[in-house]
Parts: sequence; structure tokens; C-alpha cells
Amino acid sequence: MRKFAVGVTAALGFGFGIAGTALTDEVDWGAYQVGETRSGYTYAKAETRAIQDDEFENPGFIWVDDGEELWSAVDGSEGKACQSCHDKASESMAKVGTSYPVFAKELGKPINVEQRINQCRVERMGAEAWKWESRELLAMTIYVKNQANGQPVNVELNDDLMPFYKKGEEFYSQRRGQLDMACKHCHVDNPGGILRANILSQGQPNGFPTYRLKWQKVGSLHRRFRGCNKQVRAVPYAAGSEEYVNLELYLTHRSNGLPVETPSVRN
Amino acid sequence: MAKVKPRVKLPKTAQKGEVILIKTLISHKMETGQRTDKKTGEKVPRQIINKFVCTFEGEEVFSADWHPAISANPFMSFHTVATKSGTFEFTWTDDDGSVYTKTAEIAVQ
Repeated sequence: MRKFAVGVTAALGFGFGIAGTALTDEVDWGAYQVGETRSGYTYAKAETRAIQDDEFENPGFIWVDDGEELWSAVDGSEGKACQSCHDKASESMAKVGTSYPVFAKELGKPINVEQRINQCRVERMGAEAWKWESRELLAMTIYVKNQANGQPVNVELNDDLMPFYKKGEEFYSQRRGQLDMACKHCHVDNPGGILRANILSQGQPNGFPTYRLKWQKVGSLHRRFRGCNKQVRAVPYAAGSEEYVNLELYLTHRSNGLPVETPSVRN
Repeated sequence: MAKVKPRVKLPKTAQKGEVILIKTLISHKMETGQRTDKKTGEKVPRQIINKFVCTFEGEEVFSADWHPAISANPFMSFHTVATKSGTFEFTWTDDDGSVYTKTAEIAVQ
């Protein structure tokens, strides 16, 4: 943002210089801003950011701790824990938070972290899949994604993923619900604006699952999608549905470069 | 509900007379008693932590009565003066009678 403003000033002369100066007064968000892409962190109040910044104060870390316990907990008919195959999460899961959703060849479609965890549980551990939004699935997702905390999101698109990415993009600009609004009408056209009592963000997914103060607990990205869809009075899709995974793929690629903030704190 | 897990953070060492910051966080749903169960239409019974006490070597340092408007996973921080080496004990009392405790040592030079 800052570099861009200076560039405009140099190119177009003094008249725009004033506008340029105003822009340079903006806060330097450091890693939380890459070009025009801004994390939800930059739209949160200072009080909320302070909770996220302090690992002890951040209630999301309760789930990180829970996830760490589950990592080594044996479950299912195979007598295995996550640890049995993946050893140290800090090494084996270091890139998961930045690279998912990925294309699952065996399924012929992209899957996200929650689905990969459940796939592992069912196919390799002989355990039952955890329910979406259950304490266990949230805790494990947060624990796994937290291993990449601070690393820039880097979803790489390939030929396999492209059709699903396109579907996600289409979903994002598709009007829906009684209010006839698309995701982009808030999150591309009006970030920084006020929607009732809330400040709209760009809707970046880099901090999910997030501890939302309104929810008084952590929640998945798909829960957030459902909430958004309900707010425009559309019938939401199921968490884990293809529509939402495609949307997650599009959104995560859109947030490329921003740091993984799981578990972030939002209002 | 997630199991209740108290967490405490304070400096391991301090100078005599130093003001230290103690931070505490406990995972708890803090059910207000105001909500109704959407399926049955019945009130969800209140279950909150109603009392928080911190003692140092048996002497009360800080206490607070909590009410239904306290958020889930309550965070509480406060300052005290380090006078001597010893043990802080923290207790949270639940509506259902359970008491969650945590202790932490401090060495005062």
C-alpha cells in the first residue's frame, strides 16, 4: 500500500501527492498486509488484536493444547495415534497450514485439513470420523494449522485444482439469498466499511479456525461461510460440502502471502 | 463440553518488593442460564464459575465474584507484590460445586 502510494505521487505529480500523503499516514501492518491483501487482523480492534498477540491470553490456544493431547492419543481398531505415522507435528505438519486445500487424487477433488484428518482416522486408524465443529476436530485442525503459524499462505494451483478453483471463484461472485448479495459485494467492494455494528474485512481465511468472541469459542471456516450465507438469507450449504471446499480453495489462494494466524481472535 | 483446564502464568523469579503480573485463564463454557435449548424449548441451566481466589502461602491475595455476564473461557490478570519465595494457589469454584485448582511457585531474591 505504502509503496503504491509513493509510486502514484511520483508519476502523477503534486495534485495526487496530497492524496498520496494521506495514504502514507496509514498504519504499517507489517506481515499482515501483502500488497492490497489485508488480514482480518488489520480490521480488528486493538483490544482484539492484543488478545490474539499474547499466546497465553488467546483462548484459541486451549484448543491447541487439546490438539496436542489428541495427537498422541491412540484411537480406532488399528491401535494408532496421529503420532504413530507422523511423528513430530512440528516437522510433519509444518506446511499443511500454508498449502491446504490440496487435490486428493483418490477422490478426484480438493479436500481441506478437516477432511484429511477424518480421512486418516477412517482409513488408517480405523476410527470414526469426528463430527464437523466437534471439539476434537476443531482442536486437531487448529493444532495442525498452528504448526505453520506465521508462515505465508502458499496455495499452488495446478491443472487438477483449476476447475474447482474456478467454481469457487464463481460461487464468490454469485448473488444469493433474499438479499441477493454475493460474497464480493461485502468483501471486495466494501472492506473497511461498516455493516451494522461490524467493520467489514476482506474475508481472508488465514486465521481459521478462529476464536470468535461472538461465538465464545473457536469455529471453522465453513461455520463462518454458513453464517455469512444465512446473513444474506440464503440457505447455507453443509459444512464440508463440495461448494464450500471449492470456496475455501479460492479464498485461501486469494490470501496467499498473508501469514497463517491459526488460532486468530476475531470479534 | 471441553474439560475444564486452568492455566496460570507468572514470573518464575522476582526481586523482593517487585510488582508482578499474574495472568490466569480457565477453559469453561460459562453457561449463563439465560439461554433456551432450541430443540426442547427449555432453559439451559446456569453453570458458571462464581468465585475466583488467589492465595499466597495460605493468605488471600486476590479474589473475585463472577456473575453470568462473564465470558466463556474467562481470563483474569492482576498485579501483586513479591515479598518472599513461596507458592501461589489459585482456585475457581463452579456452580456445581467442583473446585479447580492450580499452583505456581515463585522464587524471590
